[in-house]
Amino acid sequence: MKKTKQLFAGLILMAFGLGTAQAAYTLNLMRGVTKVSNDLYDLHMLILWVCVFIGIGVFGTMFYSIYHHRKSKGHKAEQFHENTAVEIAWTIIPTLILIGMAIPATKAMIELDNVQESDMSIKVTGHQWKWEYEYLDNGIHFFSNLDEGSNKVRQVGSGLDPRSVPNYLLNVDKPLVIPTKKKIRFVFTSADVIHSWWVPDLGWKKDTNPGFINESWTSVDEPGTYRGQCTELCGKDHAFMPIVVIAMNEPEYNAWVEQQKAAAAAEAGSAGKEWTKEDLVAKGKAVYETNCASCHMPDGAGLPGTFPALTASPVVTGDINAQVKLVSEGKGMMPAFGKVLSAVDFAAVVTYTRNGLGNSVGDAIQPLAIQALQSGIPVAGKNE
Amino acid sequence: MSAVVAEHDDHHDHGPAKGLLRWVITTNHKDIGTLYLLFALAMFFVGGAMAMVIRAELFEPGMQFVNPQFFNSMTTMHALVMVFGAVMPAFVGLANWMIPMMIGAPDMALPRMNNMSFWLLVAGVLLLASTLFMEGGAPASGWTLYPPLVLQTGKALPFAIFSVHLLGISSIMGAINIIATIFNMRAPGMTLMKMPMFVWTWLITAFLLIAIMPVFAGAVTMLLTDKFFATSFFDAAGGGDPVLYQHIFWFFGHPEVYVMILPTFGVASTIIPVFARKPLFGYSSMVHATAAIAFLSFIVWAHHMFTVGMPIAGELYFMYATMLIAIPTGVKVFNWTATMWKGSMTFETPMLFSIAFVVLFTMGGFTGLMMSVAPADFQYHDTYFIVAHFHYTLVPASIFILMAAGYFWLPKWTGHMYDERIGKLHFWLSVISVNVLFFPQHFLGLAGMPRRIPDYAVQFADWNMISSIGGFIFGASQLLFLYIVIHTIKGGTGEKVTSEVWEDAAKHSLEWTLPSPPPYHTFTTPPTVIPTEHI
Ligand code: HEM
Ligand SMILES: [Cu+2]
Ligand SMILES: [Cu+2]
Repeated sequence: MKKTKQLFAGLILMAFGLGTAQAAYTLNLMRGVTKVSNDLYDLHMLILWVCVFIGIGVFGTMFYSIYHHRKSKGHKAEQFHENTAVEIAWTIIPTLILIGMAIPATKAMIELDNVQESDMSIKVTGHQWKWEYEYLDNGIHFFSNLDEGSNKVRQVGSGLDPRSVPNYLLNVDKPLVIPTKKKIRFVFTSADVIHSWWVPDLGWKKDTNPGFINESWTSVDEPGTYRGQCTELCGKDHAFMPIVVIAMNEPEYNAWVEQQKAAAAAEAGSAGKEWTKEDLVAKGKAVYETNCASCHMPDGAGLPGTFPALTASPVVTGDINAQVKLVSEGKGMMPAFGKVLSAVDFAAVVTYTRNGLGNSVGDAIQPLAIQALQSGIPVAGKNE
Repeated sequence: MSAVVAEHDDHHDHGPAKGLLRWVITTNHKDIGTLYLLFALAMFFVGGAMAMVIRAELFEPGMQFVNPQFFNSMTTMHALVMVFGAVMPAFVGLANWMIPMMIGAPDMALPRMNNMSFWLLVAGVLLLASTLFMEGGAPASGWTLYPPLVLQTGKALPFAIFSVHLLGISSIMGAINIIATIFNMRAPGMTLMKMPMFVWTWLITAFLLIAIMPVFAGAVTMLLTDKFFATSFFDAAGGGDPVLYQHIFWFFGHPEVYVMILPTFGVASTIIPVFARKPLFGYSSMVHATAAIAFLSFIVWAHHMFTVGMPIAGELYFMYATMLIAIPTGVKVFNWTATMWKGSMTFETPMLFSIAFVVLFTMGGFTGLMMSVAPADFQYHDTYFIVAHFHYTLVPASIFILMAAGYFWLPKWTGHMYDERIGKLHFWLSVISVNVLFFPQHFLGLAGMPRRIPDYAVQFADWNMISSIGGFIFGASQLLFLYIVIHTIKGGTGEKVTSEVWEDAAKHSLEWTLPSPPPYHTFTTPPTVIPTEHI
């Protein structure tokens, strides 16, 4: 019943070409919130109108002809098949139109390309399937995953209603926060395959290539929350690594920075204390669900032939240090988590896999031990 | 109208071999053309079934039917099967049937190679299809096969690569054959500038194929050695560059899309004059525009890579070069319109499909022009906008023209008339549903929906549902075409078709001077009168 209604609504919509009940839904490109995105919008409208105008001319002529020059109306075919003047005209005029388009396009391209004189820099690293953000000026560093609500709903056959989650598939656990009215330079790279970082409101997307650095920039005038997605096919969960950017006025932004620094210090402190196995398992479950479940499945059963099961896996039930090494360094399609997870999260998830998911090895590893190990690990993001 | 059922030398007189073996060992251009066309039709339904899986999963937000990995395999295999299994072989099939008959030749220049290129095609496509059943699944990195992602393919990778090699060899052999035939086997008086447009466009396409297929084969071979033989062409850790692959791929890939559209142009230029009862407007400018498009297609490849991080000079160069393509493409559209102008038109099914082609292909051209503007493409790229673009240039363009060709020549091939009523029904269902299917995808892309995703944010739900409905109707409508083909082969309406089939068609091209169906061997003695109405 619900479906029929939706369908009906959809058909009516189509008939009238109206916007939908879903807020913020557009048929056209969005203007966005930066000068560049506005310039691109104008450029887009210019070309669109040029096309509409030419289309009306060509299709109008064609349909006039189809209506009048038909045999059933007794129209006799004329036998002309050349007209030099007309042919020159329809070569020259389009050329002029193209030049007219190329000029504003060139200007916009140059503007888009100018990353000089930025106020701050953020390094964005694509991972299968999450984003890593590193503020190069103040050292803030975190990962941004699909939010938990969307993640539950998007499992195959979850039976949950996507409409019950606010911003389904466009929400993350930890958004990128930027100050308004500052020129922010982004540098992009990838830890594994190529991804592409796109927030439509900022006006551009940029690929993240493993082993190479790309650059782009933005400057947002109004505070707000802007959402986007990965746009380069990057494997199975390509659809599930959204981007959320929150632009804040300078004072709030500064407060956020302080808060992040404090949280990082607290996290580092907690790695120093002794954890109980139960606490590690409890924390590890959440870490598992964001980082591991997409391949090894929420219940640890894996995907036969592609991703091994963790339940009863010889590695997980074997020597704990061997497991730590594997998780830390990765193997084949399995990413290296050594520098991706904090010491606490790392210890927690390893302990969880050994004591959850149907396993009961009974041992645990302490964050301190992981910390010691991590100080010896080469930097993440290497290719392979 | 010369007598063309040429007398054979009797020691040489033979019809087809008997039984199934006829189709395995045949070197007859008509038989091989039929094999190609039927194989392409079958693959059209296989690729179409995959598209139905895709549209079913996208019918509603949420993951209902397939897991994301399989979804990615479906988009990848759908594209590969449609491009290499359906559209390209269908045009080769048309070339086999029509080129010898259009230029007054008895057969293709290299008949044994002709047989071999067909069977290599079958082997290649079967090998590709077999990857669906391999451990780790079929390739799921998109038809572009970008590394490093493609290197994560399971057991299927080397098989997929080998299948590309087979398909490449098959295409190159087909192309050589077409060039050899056109250059060596034209009837006396059939000068190059008297050849039907379909022959011209295929000649140019064949050169494109010879130039690009080895490039693609090279690119995938580099993938193979990167994966198994410790090279690092595309791996930064070993001094390579993943973006290098994209440059090589698109050096192949952009001309490749023209391989699928140039013969389309040729068929449209053949059909429209017949039903407008007028010569083609601007024959020589059509030839030159085709050549210009083919040339330009080699120097615009990186318009697929505007967001990959090129220097500004590269962005601007590829933008200007791509914009230039709009000029010869525009010339073609204007020429078709001028061909209809002041004609005496009738609207049989082939003409309907051809007119729809001109209109809807032009829409695809418009979005192409929009995307050629590099900065704007920073928004459009890898969204549903581009999905809409290339489907407009492929489905209601290449596929519609293949349908038009089917209706246009089936009576010639079989000697039976198809049922015009069902043909028209097929046309109207197709033309409406194809727009319901693809037009909303422009909106989705502009509103921010990325391509190649199995699930999406709820604000995209309405248009996706509409698009899926269009897709299901379009898919189902094609069964009508299958029915018509079978029905026509089996006798059609029963009406006796003349050798001309369409009014005054023989003034346009040689095949209409032959009986319908044409005998197994035709033009064993060359025709003496060369039609020139199409010029
Ligand atoms: C006026 C002519 C055309 C222009 C200016 C044009 C321009 C473009 C541009 C700029 C792109 C890249 C868009 C992006 O990735 O963001 C593109 C993609 C594409 N075009 Fe066209 N195009 C034209 C005609 C055609 C034709 C005739 C075909 C096929 C028959 C075609 C098939 C494709 C395909 C398949 C893609 C997407 C490939 C992929 O990424 O998978 N285009 N076109
Ligand atoms: Cu992605
Ligand atoms: Cu292209």
